[in-house]
Amino acid sequence: MEGTAVPGRLTWQVATVTAARWETPSVRTIELDVPSWTGHRAGQHLDVRLTAEDGYSAERSYSIASAAGEQVAITVERLDDGEVSPYLTDELRVGDQLEMRGPVGGYFVWEAADGGPLILVGGGSGIVPLRAILRERERAGSDVPVRLLYSARTPSDLIYRDELAIHRDGVEVFYTLTREQPAGWAGYTRRVDRPLLAETAWPAGKNPLAFVCGPTSFVEIVASGLVALDYQPDRVKTERFGGTGER
Amino acid sequence: MDELDGNRAAGLLQEVFGAEMTTAAATCASCGSVAPIGESDLYLGGPGTVIRCRTCTSILIVITQVRGMNCVDLMGMRALDTEGTPG
Repeated sequence: MEGTAVPGRLTWQVATVTAARWETPSVRTIELDVPSWTGHRAGQHLDVRLTAEDGYSAERSYSIASAAGEQVAITVERLDDGEVSPYLTDELRVGDQLEMRGPVGGYFVWEAADGGPLILVGGGSGIVPLRAILRERERAGSDVPVRLLYSARTPSDLIYRDELAIHRDGVEVFYTLTREQPAGWAGYTRRVDRPLLAETAWPAGKNPLAFVCGPTSFVEIVASGLVALDYQPDRVKTERFGGTGER
Repeated sequence: MDELDGNRAAGLLQEVFGAEMTTAAATCASCGSVAPIGESDLYLGGPGTVIRCRTCTSILIVITQVRGMNCVDLMGMRALDTEGTPG
């Protein structure tokens, strides 16, 4: 049985990098060819393991950036003091191999059958699983109405900028740039707070489903803000990551 | 160490339990609050993986690797419901 994938069992395997592109000066999307990928749901994760020549290894979990059925992709932000992310952003090349396992997770996950309306709120690289959800909605032909609120520091920090700028029926995108805005900026300019949520999120009466991902402090403010706007707490899904500070 | 949440431990938990566990509802042995593992606090900075209650910060789960073996401490949980939270 050695070398045979056991159904349901999570095993490390070797993926090959098929494409890589920069989303911002510090964020890179990496597409992977995974030999035995069982398929994933939007919002799930995969684990990456790097092993040094001396045997020391480090594992990190990354949100999958692609929809179900699409090529597996992760979008990685370089953390300057990180053990894994600088390798993935700066060293990894197309054709290289990468040890990984997945998909894992099931909490921060959306499928078309889950319905909506959806309010997606992302801070910084917290946009990654929300992008997977948006792509999944499109792939599945869902007409669930979506509002996306995306907070970043500066215009050059916006990940998936061109993709999000494409008009899609039923999808409204709101931006807030909290530190620096381009000339003529018509979006928001402050950190997400309750009044901003009240302006952009669906009224609670529509029984919306919320996905909130970003740095811990950002997620706390948004999740408690939505609950204060009478959202059902169990319909506010959250994912927190350390991130690199203020958004 | 920055604060993460249980979603990032999905792989390790699946390795240990053999199933997806982030949707499972943990009942904290200290304060009795019930929450999905995915929403619990996760700390990777010390030895091993530590999952704490988001309500009272008590330790729910500790997983350490010793010579390739996972050592799992679940004493901080009164219950673990794989059906998830109600509603």
